[in-house]
Amino acid sequence: MADFIANTKRVLLRFKTAVKTFFWNVRRVVNNFKKRIGKFLDKHNLNVASKFPGWAKALLYLSPALIVLSIFTFWPIINSFALVVYENYNMSNNTITGYTVFGNFLTVITDESFIIPAAHTGSSAVINTLIIVFISVPISVLLALFIAVALNSIKPLKSFFQTIYFLPYVTNTIAIGLVFAYMFRSDGGLVNQLLGMVGIQAQGLSWVESGAVYWRSMFVLIFYSIWSSLAFKIMVFLTSIQGIDKQYYQAAAIDATPRGRIFTNITVPLISPMIFYILVTSVIGAFKIYNAIVALFGVSGAPPGVDYNLQSIVMYIYQFIDGSNAGNLSVAAAASLILFAIILVLTLVQMQVSKKRVHY
Amino acid sequence: MELRLENLTKIFTNKTGAETTAVDKLDITIESGTLVGLLGPSGCGKSTTLFMIAGLVKPTGGKIFFGDDDVTKLAPEKRGIGLVFQNYALYPHMTVFKNIIFPLENLDVPRDEAIERVKEMANLVGIGELLDRKPSQLSGGQQQRVAIARALVKKPRVLLLDEPLSNLDARLRLQMREEIKRIQREIGITTIFVTHDQEEAMSISDKMVVLDFGKEQQYDAPQVMYNNPTNLFVAKFLGNPPINTFEAEVKKGYLILNDQKFAKVDITDGLYDIGMRPENFRVKEDGFKAKINEIFHIGRDTMIHFELNGKNIRALVDSDSIDDSNESVSLTIKNERIYIFDKETGQVVNHG
Repeated sequence: MADFIANTKRVLLRFKTAVKTFFWNVRRVVNNFKKRIGKFLDKHNLNVASKFPGWAKALLYLSPALIVLSIFTFWPIINSFALVVYENYNMSNNTITGYTVFGNFLTVITDESFIIPAAHTGSSAVINTLIIVFISVPISVLLALFIAVALNSIKPLKSFFQTIYFLPYVTNTIAIGLVFAYMFRSDGGLVNQLLGMVGIQAQGLSWVESGAVYWRSMFVLIFYSIWSSLAFKIMVFLTSIQGIDKQYYQAAAIDATPRGRIFTNITVPLISPMIFYILVTSVIGAFKIYNAIVALFGVSGAPPGVDYNLQSIVMYIYQFIDGSNAGNLSVAAAASLILFAIILVLTLVQMQVSKKRVHY
Repeated sequence: MELRLENLTKIFTNKTGAETTAVDKLDITIESGTLVGLLGPSGCGKSTTLFMIAGLVKPTGGKIFFGDDDVTKLAPEKRGIGLVFQNYALYPHMTVFKNIIFPLENLDVPRDEAIERVKEMANLVGIGELLDRKPSQLSGGQQQRVAIARALVKKPRVLLLDEPLSNLDARLRLQMREEIKRIQREIGITTIFVTHDQEEAMSISDKMVVLDFGKEQQYDAPQVMYNNPTNLFVAKFLGNPPINTFEAEVKKGYLILNDQKFAKVDITDGLYDIGMRPENFRVKEDGFKAKINEIFHIGRDTMIHFELNGKNIRALVDSDSIDDSNESVSLTIKNERIYIFDKETGQVVNHG
C-alpha cells in the first residue's frame, strides 16, 4: 500500500513536471513567433501599433465597455432630459402635442402619491423613501462597523463567522424577501411565536399581511433592507480594518487606551475613507430601493387591504413604464431627474461634511 | 530604575510544530539611568527581547523585573513603559499635539497639566513649533522626535526604542543619535534600544548587549567590548572595516605567521583563529614585511591589502605613511591587539 502511494506520487510528480515543461515550451514558441512577426512588421514598416497614439489604443481597448454603456446608460440619461420637455408624449405612435419646461415636473410634484400623501393612502413615495434611507443607512453602517470590529477581534472560528455574515450577500434578494414575509406571517410566523415566548401577546399580529399598520410593515421593510445590505458593508470594513498597521494598536495598548477610545480614535479615523465610501454608496442604493419592497409586498407595494402604500420613488417611476400609468414616459423622466437631484444634493452634502472627518 | 532580565526565554512554535528559540536564557541587569543598546544581526532576537520587556510578546520562560517589581505577567499598559516603534506608528489622522497628548488622555491628568507637559516635552525634543502639523507634513527626523515625545510624555519608567534610526538617512541618523543621547541624559531615564548597526550602538550606548541566535554574547561598555571581545562573533560583529580573521598555529609559545615567529604568546600550542583589526596595524621600520597587493585611498586613511598565511588581510593606515609607488611595507601590530580564539568554542584565549 505504501508502495502504491509512493508510486502514485512519483507518477503525479512526473506528470506535473511534464505539463509545466510543455507550457514552458509553448510559451517559448509563442514568444519566438511574436518576435518574428514583430521583426517582419518592423522591416516592412507595417507595425500598426506604433503608428497609433496612446489615446487611440486606449480608446480601442475601452470601446466594448463604452459601446454598452452608451447604449444602456448614457443614451437613456440624455434621452430622459429630452423626454422631460415633451408634452403628452405618446410612446406607441411617438407623437407629442407640444413642449414644456416645467410641466412634467409640476405633474410629478403635485401628484398625490409622490410628495403629498394621497388622501386614501396616507403615505407618499418620497416620504417612504426618505424614511427608509435615513433609518436603514445609519443603522446598517454602524452595525456593520461594530460587527466588523467584533469579527476582527475573535480568534477561533473566525472564517466560520465571516462566512455566516457574508451569506446574505450571495443569497437572492427575492428569496430572502419571501423568507422574511414567511417569518413575519401573522399566523404561526416565527417572529410572532418568538414574541409569544417572551410573553408578548402577539397571536395574529399582522406585519406584512392585511391589517398591518404602516409602521409595522415599514419596520419589516427596514429590518430587511438593513440585514440584506449588511454583508457587503461588513466585508469592506473587515478588509480595511485588517489593513491597519498593527503597530497603531500596539502603541495604543502601551498607552493604556480603553477599547472604546481605540475604536473611536484609531480604528474609525483610519478606515474613514472606507466608511465614507460605504455611506455614499448606501445612501444612493437606499434611494433606489425597489426589489426589497417588491419581495416583501409585491408590485403593489402595500400589504393587501390597507389604506397606505409603501412604494418608493423608483416604484413610482416604474408605474409610468409598465405599471398602472404605462406610457407616460415624460412624467417618469421628470420623477427620475428629481430623484437624481435629491441624490446629487445629498452626496454633495456628504462630501462637504466628510472633508473635515475623513482622513486620507 | 534598574531593569533585570532573569533567564528570559522565548520559543516560537510554527504551524508544523517546529520550534525556534528566539531568545535563549537571557540574564542581564541594566543599571538605572543607563542607555543600553541591544545589538545583533537580523533574526537574533533583539526585537523579541524588546517586545517582551514592553509586554507585547509573552515570554516562554524567565522573568522581567522593573526595580523590585516582577512585571513578567503584567499587561503592557501597566508596566509604565514608553515605546518608540521602528516606523514611529504616529497616528496619521491626528496632529502632532494630539499624538503627544494621546497617552495622557488615558491617564488621570488634569487638562492644563497635560497641555503643559506636551509643550514641555515638545520643546525638549525640539518640535515646539510643529504642534499643529500632521505627521505626513513632517520629515523623518521630526516624526522620530514626535514619537519620542509621545513615548516620554507620560513619564515612563523605561524608554524602549525599536531600531529608532533605521528609517533615517545617514546624515540625519548621526544627528538623531546625538539627540537621543541628549534627551536621555536630560531625563535620566533607563533606556533600551535595538539596532543592527554596530556603529550606531557603539556611538550612543553606555553599555551594549550583543546577541546571536538569542544568546547573550557579551554585555559591556562599547569600548571595552571593542578592545576585549569575549569571542570571535563579537570581534567579527564590531568594527568597520571588519576584523581580519585567519587560521594560524601556535608553536612553543610563538604565534607562527608566514612560517615565521610573529609574536610571543602565552598559550598552549595548537591551531587557533586569529583576529587582527585593520586599524591596529602601524607602518613602522622594525615591523614585518608585507607585500602590497592592492591599495585604496579612502579620505584620511589608506587601506592596503596584503597576505598573511594565505589569507587576504586589510590594514588601515595613515595616508601620509605610504604612497602608491611602494611595493611592500613594514607593518607592526601590538601584542595586545592580536586576538586569539579557540577553534572549537570561539572564546578568546589571550584576553580578559
